[in-house]
Amino acid sequence: MYHKEKSIQIKNSASALYNNLSVLRIAPRRLTHFTVVHANMVNMVSASWDGLNYTHRQLQSKEPNVATSTSLIMQAAFCVLPSRDLLVVTSQKGIQMYESDGSIMVYWHALDTPETATGSVCPRDIYLSLSHSIGVSSGAILVFDVPSKGSNITLSEVLEEHKESITDMASECSGSQECIANLVTADDGGNLCVWKSGEEFQLLNKIPGFDMSCSSVKLWKGTAVAGYGTGQIRLYEAVTGILHAEINAHARWIYSVDIAPFSGLLLSAAEDSLVRVWHMTITPETNSVEVAHLHNECVTDTQICGAKFCDGDGYAFAVTGYDLSEIIRYIQS
Amino acid sequence: MSMRTLPLVFINLGGEMLYILDQRLRAHNTSEDNSEKVMNDIVGTMFSKAFMDELLKPQQLYSHRTMKTVLTRLAHASIMRLNPASMDRLYELMVMAFKYQVFLCLRPKDLLLISYNHMDTIREFVKDTPMAVNQVDETHRKIIETYSSFTEGELQLLRQTLLTFFQDMHVRVSLFLKDQIQNPNGRFALTTSGPVPHGTDVPGLIRIFDCRGREVRRREFPSGGSYTSSIREGSFELHGNRVIRLGMNMYTVDHPEETHTSRAPSVKVITYGSPNPLAKEELNLLARLMGSMKTENEPKDESGFRINLFNTDKEEEEAWVFFFSIFIPCCYINRNFLIKAFLSCFTEERQVVLRKEEKPENPSNNKGEELLAMMDDL
Repeated sequence: MYHKEKSIQIKNSASALYNNLSVLRIAPRRLTHFTVVHANMVNMVSASWDGLNYTHRQLQSKEPNVATSTSLIMQAAFCVLPSRDLLVVTSQKGIQMYESDGSIMVYWHALDTPETATGSVCPRDIYLSLSHSIGVSSGAILVFDVPSKGSNITLSEVLEEHKESITDMASECSGSQECIANLVTADDGGNLCVWKSGEEFQLLNKIPGFDMSCSSVKLWKGTAVAGYGTGQIRLYEAVTGILHAEINAHARWIYSVDIAPFSGLLLSAAEDSLVRVWHMTITPETNSVEVAHLHNECVTDTQICGAKFCDGDGYAFAVTGYDLSEIIRYIQS
Repeated sequence: MSMRTLPLVFINLGGEMLYILDQRLRAHNTSEDNSEKVMNDIVGTMFSKAFMDELLKPQQLYSHRTMKTVLTRLAHASIMRLNPASMDRLYELMVMAFKYQVFLCLRPKDLLLISYNHMDTIREFVKDTPMAVNQVDETHRKIIETYSSFTEGELQLLRQTLLTFFQDMHVRVSLFLKDQIQNPNGRFALTTSGPVPHGTDVPGLIRIFDCRGREVRRREFPSGGSYTSSIREGSFELHGNRVIRLGMNMYTVDHPEETHTSRAPSVKVITYGSPNPLAKEELNLLARLMGSMKTENEPKDESGFRINLFNTDKEEEEAWVFFFSIFIPCCYINRNFLIKAFLSCFTEERQVVLRKEEKPENPSNNKGEELLAMMDDL
């Protein structure tokens, strides 16, 4: 179903962090940006679609104009907003936002230690999350307002519902339909919170975990798809919390799940060196969900830490692994 | 990242160090008395209350250079003297062994079982010295107390912090190559077979539920591997069967060549320095850790014994090269000149390896230089 394509070499190896690959497709310029975190650095590669040009860039996490030691980065993710795209980098020292090509830093939000910023995602506004890096965690979520141009970014709200570190967040708002829920946040205890954005955020539902970390979550057609440390994937109807499907998907900790929204393809990757492709059929009106397994890829001797579809149809996907200095790509045959 | 890594790092790295020292001391036919004294002294220092209390404070994991310095000091808490080349080689072995254990453990909680395996064996080494056994027991209790409340998520964060520490290290160890747990390119073998971790189900099943929570359909899919159900869980108590074998002593008396390490030809050699070598925080940590180690065992030179741990001809040559290129205090000798002179004696390939091992010069404060020089004299 998929075959391996030419890999993209990156300057450093990928670190063992959840969701350690972010992809941004820029159709007008016929290129795709990839970011991979290595310790205190973000490796960025821009690949032209004809496969001829690769531009590399490296970003370090540190306060602008301050020559202090850099700190370890937890995540680098592209945020696609209605009028602009941003690259958000979260680390032990704070949150940085860059233009999507990594050229200019537009915003820096320092954190009081010992809090560490962890996840980020989204259309609409930017939702970031905060967590303590030691046992006691705050699990707070920061909401920023981002203007369509410039660096006048402001913190507008702090959502405090999670008691443990936030691991991942996902949002959706499908075109014409008014979504009921459009943000789901996951934490280290496996708990999921479902929110509706608006003037102020409203908590719609809390889905309890069973003390097993949820490392990656996505939202599609009102269904939260979550990957857990036990290797299980669960599909919940976000607003009601009804469990629709449970997959014993991997033999080790899942590090990444991704969805191709136009085709309903689901990608899961774990420390067991396997990447799996599934197909979901979700009919919200009849509350029916169907999941079928389509394909496996094994990245020999590698604990996978990032896996993302490169386009909305799931025609291609990319994978990163711990200690691996390349982005491996697969394309549908 | 996790601020609770240091105790586990020292117990496991220290444990590996003791396994290797034990094997090498026997291989060198060191006297029973000397061997026992070495083990007791190192264990006594490593598991001393002062040292452990320092480690148990929440703090960051620092660079390899700091770790190596403290471990060297620990080794020298005994009457044994290791030359810098031996220490380098020893450190590589220790770290690769621990990396293997962290990489391959089935689930984050197994990190504790690995640590307990190390402590169990250390207890065996010093079983004839009740005071040392007590220290190990006390430390073990503190570790149980500290880590047993950690969630799987927090332990995974700890594991990820350790994996970042080991990143890009691919030193080949002949014992690992022989047992095929490491590939010729230096990477560890990860199989898609064997038991799943405790708490995980064997992959291969999709279950669909209706709105009332009843299962309406189930389907299987090919897992691409041959997994079996999890084995029983090991004991997290002070004593007990840990079940897993990671962290147990891999070295036997009969195979001295097993401690041979080499660099895979096409693999980038790691540099031990952090981006800001010996930044202020690290110097502070170093000072505190060194300060908390007992100095009463400071031997007079006559009663100590020197040991060259790894003495094949090739290793001797490498030893001299490492010594000259890295450890001569930079204050007094033109280091670059010295390095160029020695490099010219070696083949180009060797030169490339050696050049990459040079740490970047840090034009920083004199205090840093002095502390470096002090460490070099260890």
